[in-house]
Amino acid sequence: MLGLSVERLRADMNRLLALLFHQGVLDEQFLQLQQLQDESSPNFVSEVVNIYFHESEKLLRNLRALLVDKEFSDYKKMGTHLNQFMGSSSSIGAQRIRNVCVAFRAASDQNNRPGCIRALELLEYEYCYLKNKLHELFQIEQQRILAATVRYPMQQQHHQQQQQQQQPNNP
Amino acid sequence: MSKNGVFSRLRRLEKVEGVDEYEYANPSCDSDEVHVLAVDDSLVDRKVIEKLLKITSCKVTAVDSGRRALQFLGLDEEETASVGFDDLKVDLIITDYCMPGMTGYELLKKIKGSSIFREIPVVIMSSENVLARIDSCLEEGAEDFIVKPVKLADVKRLKRCMFGEGRIPKQERAFNKRKLQQDSPEITNAPSLDENALSSPSHSSTSSPCSPRSFSSLPSTPCSPTSLDSPTRRVKVSDDS
Repeated sequence: MLGLSVERLRADMNRLLALLFHQGVLDEQFLQLQQLQDESSPNFVSEVVNIYFHESEKLLRNLRALLVDKEFSDYKKMGTHLNQFMGSSSSIGAQRIRNVCVAFRAASDQNNRPGCIRALELLEYEYCYLKNKLHELFQIEQQRILAATVRYPMQQQHHQQQQQQQQPNNP
Repeated sequence: MSKNGVFSRLRRLEKVEGVDEYEYANPSCDSDEVHVLAVDDSLVDRKVIEKLLKITSCKVTAVDSGRRALQFLGLDEEETASVGFDDLKVDLIITDYCMPGMTGYELLKKIKGSSIFREIPVVIMSSENVLARIDSCLEEGAEDFIVKPVKLADVKRLKRCMFGEGRIPKQERAFNKRKLQQDSPEITNAPSLDENALSSPSHSSTSSPCSPRSFSSLPSTPCSPTSLDSPTRRVKVSDDS
């Protein structure tokens, strides 16, 4: 019943993780984060990832704002944003995003605006994909935790019936 | 007296933004735990390094800039470190290299330039594996250089190399460092990877517990927390700073 669904959810999680590793979306740094999660910080991974999402969206907005300007020339500033994005992406194991940042920075170093625009679009795509998948992962994990801690109503009823049988002289 | 100085400093810093953690319940804190000051402008990285350090039983203060780090130490321009900061003793400073305002390198220079704080080991972290950068940091007196992303193995190795299984008095630590420089063989720039666990956890032995490793960012396989595959390099510093 629910016991089975805990196992099924765990399998779903592992399958999704395996897929993300296989696709190169995540690397072993993400596993490292999971290893840091413990009883004292049971939501460590999702907390860090949510901070990452928040920061990344700001960086993506900044990058887009820089590039929409046709007269744009502040490649140094773009480089700073990219370095930040690269750093935090590698810290959580977002390998593909980090790789796109590397290519983006190469275009930026060459003052190649069209190349930067293409890289930005790819970056936004990869970011969306990662965000969706990690949200899915966290959802499954939440369901699994819930399923593992719910008291089954059937079992409780059975227990009460047993107690009544043992005390036939209830007032 | 100095204790009042510590209290007022505590209260002042609690209100200051940019200090993530302030763990002192009282000024006479447990001196057995290693206290690490972590400096990184990225909140994601601060959270990760904080957790890595806590898991290895270190006390952590995390700040978001070199300036705040100096403020915490009492080295900022407004004040001179005239009070003995034994209660706020920082045993290790670990800082990111690339930061707006003051870089990790500049912070390192300021610390090594201070007569009071130069003994504190400083470790630099960077996502860039640039040899020239690594060299200049080590020349300036950095204890070690870690290529990001930082892993649990890196932090465990650091702690083990610097502090052994228990706390070591300052004099003995400095003595061991000098011994390390005498005993360890000439370290060449040729990349070499030594991937074995430390045989003896004791830091008071005369042989160096840490083997020199190369800085090349190697593609690492998923590793257990106890494996020591993190590439860093220790270089003999000519002058004992």
